[in-house]
Amino acid sequence: MSPSRTDSATRNASPTAPPAAERTALRHPKDLLLREDRLPHIWCPTCGIGTCVASFIEAIAETGIPEEKFAVISGIGCTGRVAGYVKLDSFHTTHGRAIPYATGLHLAHPEMKVVVFSGDGDLVAIGGNHLIHAARRNLDITIICVNNFIYGMTGGQLAPTTPHTARTTTSPKGNWEYPFNVPHLVASCGATYVARWTSLHVRRMRQAMREAILKRGFSLVEIIAPCSTLYARKNRLGTGYDLMKFYHDNCEVRHGADTKELDIEFQQKIAVGKFVDVEKPTFLDRIGAGRKK
Amino acid sequence: MSAKHAVLTGEHFMNGDVAAAEGGLAAGCTFFGGYPITPATEVAERMSERLPEVDGIYIQMEDEIASMCAILGAAWGGAKSMTSTSGPGFSLMMENLGLGFMTETPCVLVNVQRGGPSTGLPTLVGQQDIMQARWGSHGDYEVIALAPNSPQECFDLTIEAFNLSEQYRMPVLVMTDEVIGHMTEKVVIPPPEQIRLTPRRYTRRPPAEYVPFATGQDLVPEMIKFGEGYRVHITGLTHDERGYPVINATEQAKLVRRLVDKVRRNAERILRVEEDGTDGAEVVIVCYGITSRVAQMALELARRKRKRVGLMRLVTVWPFPEARIRELARQVRGFVVPEINLGQIVYEVERCAAGQARTLLVPHAGGDVHPPEAILRAIEEVLS
Repeated sequence: MSPSRTDSATRNASPTAPPAAERTALRHPKDLLLREDRLPHIWCPTCGIGTCVASFIEAIAETGIPEEKFAVISGIGCTGRVAGYVKLDSFHTTHGRAIPYATGLHLAHPEMKVVVFSGDGDLVAIGGNHLIHAARRNLDITIICVNNFIYGMTGGQLAPTTPHTARTTTSPKGNWEYPFNVPHLVASCGATYVARWTSLHVRRMRQAMREAILKRGFSLVEIIAPCSTLYARKNRLGTGYDLMKFYHDNCEVRHGADTKELDIEFQQKIAVGKFVDVEKPTFLDRIGAGRKK
Repeated sequence: MSAKHAVLTGEHFMNGDVAAAEGGLAAGCTFFGGYPITPATEVAERMSERLPEVDGIYIQMEDEIASMCAILGAAWGGAKSMTSTSGPGFSLMMENLGLGFMTETPCVLVNVQRGGPSTGLPTLVGQQDIMQARWGSHGDYEVIALAPNSPQECFDLTIEAFNLSEQYRMPVLVMTDEVIGHMTEKVVIPPPEQIRLTPRRYTRRPPAEYVPFATGQDLVPEMIKFGEGYRVHITGLTHDERGYPVINATEQAKLVRRLVDKVRRNAERILRVEEDGTDGAEVVIVCYGITSRVAQMALELARRKRKRVGLMRLVTVWPFPEARIRELARQVRGFVVPEINLGQIVYEVERCAAGQARTLLVPHAGGDVHPPEAILRAIEEVLS
């Protein structure tokens, strides 16, 4: 995927390897949906965001919806950079504002599948107001919220999702705030599809993304993902690999769980699964009904 | 959607806010994202009633930040879009107005100005956001701002704002005020075929040949609509012609220079002023919006006293008619600048007069309009 890999492949090519022009036809299928001319990406080694993007690309293919009908909208932050790497119509907006931007795009062009791909700080802190109102309106858009419990882009500050007692650069003695339980937040506002997985659960994540995209209504998939550079380091949790091992040992699949019970405590069990999947008329359905009156 | 529903051809008795909404509809606006705020609420109310009639979308967003974002999103979805607000909401819109300039997104923002700062005078007039219109969002950019002085102009200039936004691919501001917004007068809406509309400058190139921010002579890139296979990336980061983020001084200079130059180089084409008796005048009143109507009275009072006074009304406040003020500065003894603020456009006049003519501000803090006599006194002071 990255130029450095291409370079090493070239260096290691045996004299009998096919010429470069033929080899380009053997590109990884996922690369077709990446802006290869923008790679390498900015994400750190063992960051979970790349896995989310890979799953998303597979999920898009599985929906069977033409790629040109997808738009990816991001805010600002590490996950906010996703919009810049996917080879789709994409908009990298201002901090926290991906959802209202997506709202305008969706309502002006309802044939598009509008996916907001952003981080926990962007969507739940500065963009929190937009998140709850989009859920309330039941806009037919999909939110992929990569939650790494921290502000990565700015160097590891407290997020509204940082677990109680976890250390960040702005909670050096440990966080004393109550974090948001994201699935409960949006479910209580009327979201019609809510799931949570981690970046370890690539198959489940892909499936959830596909279901969310195909869901008629407001859907949100929260992906718990490792930030090895900041969250793991600040909290002495090892590397991204160690966090993945932690997910492996501590995630509990609890489909249909009461969203009230999905709080995430520091280094405790993480409940994952599909929690909400209901049918409800969307904003545009209701506009249509209102106009007939 | 039929033009019949969008354009209410005929003579109407309506206020400036409603007329601005009708101007938007006549220009083909099909998306309005707004948030209630006095004294601009009537624009949103009118749109909520009228947009469904033309199969458009009205959505009341959760705040003004969201309203501004939503109209940008709608524009890339292919709609002509607008919002309206007043002081506090205008402040909230500033960051994403900047995103509109950076991403070259056509849309229209109507600001019905009230007295500030802060919550200030929700129901009473001000002209205190004129410099905010010019400089309110961070970074370097140029704006186009129109200042209607009647409900008729609220209609006409909102259409003009849409046309300019399409021509130069940028948000355009309609800077009206509480008095104009709430003033009810005759508004004549022409038949649709007499309304000149600038279409969106969509590219005719196929996706493989399309470079999102490449431009020709006029420095305005061709646009696309999302969902048509172009797969563009739009970002608020400094970007190259492909739209890709490039964080360095060279691309910054290239991009920001172009965003500024596409307006500056076309300023003479965009500019609109109205002049009354400026040839041979000893004093010229420079004014805009509601204050131009008060200044008209002062002009008549001065002429009755046989003073040689002219009036220049800024229909476009931004870009500012620099060359014309410089020219007049060589001919007149002074400029009188009445504004419902404690000094904003006066500094532009003073800058362009460059010491060649006296420039006298007639300040007014807001809440009501100037007494014409205050403007008359300033004229007499310049002549004394």
